Amino acid sequence: MDWQIFGVWLAAFMTLGIISFLYKDNVFYKAAEAIFIGISAGYWFIVFFWDSMVGKFYVQAIESPEPEHHVWVGLILGILMLARLSNKVGWIARWPLAFVVGATAGLYMMMFFVSNAMVQVQSTIMPLWETGDGWFTVFNNIVIIIGVTCGLVYFFFSKKHEGAFGVAAKIGIWFLMVTFGASFGYTVMSRMSLMLGRLDFLFGTWLEMIP
Amino acid sequence: MNTRMKEIIATVAIVAFFLICKYVLPKPLEFSPLVSNLIIGAMAVVFIIILIRTLQGKYIERRIVFLLVGIALLLPFFMQFDLPLQVSPEVKATYDALESLPPGSKVLASFDYDPPSAPELQPMADAFMQYAFENDLKVIIMGLWPQGPQQANQSIEAAFVANPALREKVEYGVDYVNLGFQAGNEFVIVGMGKGFRSMFPTDMNGTPYDSIPLVKNITNFGNIDFSLNFSAGKPGTVEWVQVGVDRYKLRMAAGNTAVQAPAVYPYLNAGQIVGLMGGMSGAAEFEKITGKTGKATTYLLSQSSAHLVVIGLIIIGNVAFFREKKGGK
Repeated sequence: MDWQIFGVWLAAFMTLGIISFLYKDNVFYKAAEAIFIGISAGYWFIVFFWDSMVGKFYVQAIESPEPEHHVWVGLILGILMLARLSNKVGWIARWPLAFVVGATAGLYMMMFFVSNAMVQVQSTIMPLWETGDGWFTVFNNIVIIIGVTCGLVYFFFSKKHEGAFGVAAKIGIWFLMVTFGASFGYTVMSRMSLMLGRLDFLFGTWLEMIP
Repeated sequence: MNTRMKEIIATVAIVAFFLICKYVLPKPLEFSPLVSNLIIGAMAVVFIIILIRTLQGKYIERRIVFLLVGIALLLPFFMQFDLPLQVSPEVKATYDALESLPPGSKVLASFDYDPPSAPELQPMADAFMQYAFENDLKVIIMGLWPQGPQQANQSIEAAFVANPALREKVEYGVDYVNLGFQAGNEFVIVGMGKGFRSMFPTDMNGTPYDSIPLVKNITNFGNIDFSLNFSAGKPGTVEWVQVGVDRYKLRMAAGNTAVQAPAVYPYLNAGQIVGLMGGMSGAAEFEKITGKTGKATTYLLSQSSAHLVVIGLIIIGNVAFFREKKGGK
């Protein structure tokens, strides 16, 4: 038996099972969904076991000729996390959780402050026009300035949105709506691509109809 | 006819459809220009009928919407149309950055995606890999997603299929290397900033880092000339910018899924990344500018036709909305 052909037929059946949900919930969809979730859980368990438990801990802390003893701290914190399973000692799980939250917050604070705050603010502070700029660049710069200013005005709630301030806030919300619209459009585009991938598989790999 | 009977008939019809496709229809199936135009005309007629029925207050159900979008995505696979395509400045900037690299430059390619995102990202990865091998760029592959390195291997194979001479020309360990996946998300990038060796003691095949000619002299990002990140989410481009670019001054471009692209554009405008390929259109543009036409160009036609259908349905939906508003319902 050619296992590759069997795999293609099985994948085609699973794909059709998932797509059948578009008509209504049914037994084929439920079977495909349950198999997918089960396989995903098993796959991720194996990946994390071999990459984290074996790759990060066993190899570095035990197998290595120069063991890295600090890795034991990670193992102990990981074991403490399992204390949640017990009602009596469940509170111990807060320690590793506090460590993870604290360390992540500390790292992310700097990362986001630099990359998503400072650099972005810096790139918004720019000359309206420079020698050699085309009219489109100047127009873009004006749009950025109006968009940033009005967007910030919209999120300023200490003053009632009325008069000129209200107009600026309204322009700000229009900018936000256009941004969300563009983002939604991109999302639709991405979802179409997922479907395209499946159709390419069904009609190309399985049915061999696509040139 | 009761619902159960309708469902049985629908199931039989679907099975019959796929059996006909599998065993009766010619392979590959290609529509002539006449048939293609007739299909487009038929779709237009369907839309006019739906619009008329909507004006009469008879709305289509959601399954018809799914069917129309499905047809719009599928049929262009068999049509022979050339879609006019203009390369956007951000894709051109990516290409220019690659073009500016002298032969022998070391390019770090991080494959941070998995098979579901392959329709968008694989075509750009395939085009990049072929371009890199043909232009003597040394590619160091890695992945922050477990399946990323396997996707990279598919790109390498695709490059060899597209240009068989490359199979003889490029050598593993000398011209390219696959360091594999490393768990730890952005902390892997932090670790690489201190030393690649500690994050990747071996390559994907278990060969020790110091035994690989391409990387044995690479200590950290300071030895990398350029980086290209193919990303479908977290960890991905955002983390690479935050750590690799802003902390370790890595020069980078990115290829993203469309859903992620809007979040990455600010980094492009701020100059943190030099170029961006966003979604299927970005992939098709990259294929065009590198001259390596692949699946993205075909997919883009399908995607564009589906967009037209969606736009048509939005217009019909608005007609229904204003009709109900006017009727006071």
